[in-house]
Amino acid sequence: MNIIVLVKQVPDTETRIKLKAGSTDIDREGINMVLNPYDEFAVEEAIKIKEAGGGSVVIITAGEAKAEEAVRTALAMGADRAIRLDGAEFAGADSYSTAKALAKAISAEQYDLILCGKQAVDDDSVQVGTLVAAMLGIPSVNMVTKLEVAGGSMKASREIEGGHEVVEVPTPCVITAQKGLNEPRYPSLPGIMKAKKKELKAVALGALGLSADEVGAAGAKSAVVELSLPPERKAGQVFEGEAAEIVPKVVKLLRDEAKVV
Amino acid sequence: MLNFDLEQDQLILRNTIRDFAEKEIAPKAEELDEKEEFSVEITKKMAELGLFGMFVSEEYGGSGAGYISYIIAVEELARVDGSHAATVAAGNSLGIGPIYYFGSEKQKKEWLPMLCSGEKLASFGLTEPDAGSDAGATKTTARQTNDEWIINGSKIFITNAACELSGVTIVQAVTGKLQNGKKELSCILVPHGTPGFTQRPMKKKMMWRASNTAELYFDDCAVPLDNTLGKRGDGFSQMLSTLDGGRLSIAAMGLGGAQGAFELALKYSKERHQFGVPINTFQTISFRLADMATEIEAARNLLYKACWLKQNKRAYSKEAAMAKLYCSEVMRRVTHGAVQILGGYGLMKEYGAERFYRDQRLLEIGEGTSEVQRIVISRHIGC
Repeated sequence: MNIIVLVKQVPDTETRIKLKAGSTDIDREGINMVLNPYDEFAVEEAIKIKEAGGGSVVIITAGEAKAEEAVRTALAMGADRAIRLDGAEFAGADSYSTAKALAKAISAEQYDLILCGKQAVDDDSVQVGTLVAAMLGIPSVNMVTKLEVAGGSMKASREIEGGHEVVEVPTPCVITAQKGLNEPRYPSLPGIMKAKKKELKAVALGALGLSADEVGAAGAKSAVVELSLPPERKAGQVFEGEAAEIVPKVVKLLRDEAKVV
Repeated sequence: MLNFDLEQDQLILRNTIRDFAEKEIAPKAEELDEKEEFSVEITKKMAELGLFGMFVSEEYGGSGAGYISYIIAVEELARVDGSHAATVAAGNSLGIGPIYYFGSEKQKKEWLPMLCSGEKLASFGLTEPDAGSDAGATKTTARQTNDEWIINGSKIFITNAACELSGVTIVQAVTGKLQNGKKELSCILVPHGTPGFTQRPMKKKMMWRASNTAELYFDDCAVPLDNTLGKRGDGFSQMLSTLDGGRLSIAAMGLGGAQGAFELALKYSKERHQFGVPINTFQTISFRLADMATEIEAARNLLYKACWLKQNKRAYSKEAAMAKLYCSEVMRRVTHGAVQILGGYGLMKEYGAERFYRDQRLLEIGEGTSEVQRIVISRHIGC
């Protein structure tokens, strides 16, 4: 089975995010960047399917040069080769223009299955996988926690409110990975060394076959107008005394200040 | 050309080991330390990751990742737990290192694949009850018969030498007398299971409680002459060279431990409120954290430079001693500060600073005390 995995490099979840002054972006200077945790599930699942039944695993990212680190991590886990969409034109994309570029890159490949994380943990838009499927005209199943290959189709199990739903879709299709799908392996040292020699092709806009107004900020359907940090949490208040005298005070504050009751 | 960027594979490695240490070691570290238990399970997992034989070339089962990568791995393990960093550091620089650098082709083929896969651990039998800093005072003897060495004596404080994975110990022994009257020292490979070779785990340690430490006894223990590591009589220079590399590992443990303790203290200082504000808003706390961060940065630069010298086959003995001395003393100051910032909680095992504080203490003693490092450095600078 030929599998394509879409990945994104995101700030380490423990990073303290700072805003970049005068922009609608975060300050990326000096922060640790990692492979998006949900994409790790997708990479692991792809490698498992390949190990069980053969085929190939190709990684595609739309990130800048720095994102090659995340791509190499996926190669170190066991993917075969990778493609990175390269060029300033791709910058400032929203989910739509990202998906457009990715779908175009995918259509130049042989594929039976496309896997990606259900969302990237930085912008949390939860759209790219589904958009790619729509643009390629193939089905998609989101937030999958169990996946089986069943002949020419995939059997995907997903968590729904109060239970599980099992969906069968013909291949090719897009499956987005939810936590619980598998336990991603650590890239081993020999794997990391081997990954250095695997093909990682940078594909420029021209070679992709799209024009500059279709990708990046120019091709976006939406624009970020403002970015702000959550308000700092205030220190808690401690009430002392008998329950009978505290309760009315707490209720009053919950109603008047916190406005939750 | 000055370049402080790590290679891409080194960045991936750092993230991988950090992730591994936080998920696989951190949840068990306190309990293993408390029970004084060596974990075969975690050691096997570290081996699967390729943490043994990182600087060994692929033909012998290593990954050929180089010394800087190896040091980053030890640093990241030590950031979470000293014991597990010790298992890897000793296994590599004291166990695998001498066989890789000095062993015959036959010895390398015989031992390195199983050591690099983590099937077995190698150890370095140098220290004796009466030969510590004065390593030349070794009393263990190897007497030559027709085709065998007959070894008698004992060793102490030997890491990785008395657990179920222990496979071979490189034993330094007196094999004769030189013309100048000094002892002729040789290193001999002694497989575990050889009759006359017994190991006893040493318990009740203050630090590295989840790492395996052994006393070794040799009682007419016979091994083939072929088990001599390199040439007969090279034991002393092999030991000095092995310790140069070992010092980088200890330095990495100092650096990683300091980093771990610092992060713990920094996090706590933001969460802990006193007088109505987080304690890191007090200058006395923030300045102490600033000093810690500064010293850790300096320590990292010194250590990485020493590793760079080794990786590029330059002389690095002086810088290795400096890095070992400095990194272990930085960790002392940082762990002392971390316990202080955590206050009463700093004294409690549950909060982690206490383990860093204890684990640090070895670093100024093992693989050459800080005093010995100062001797080495003072000789290098012409005193």
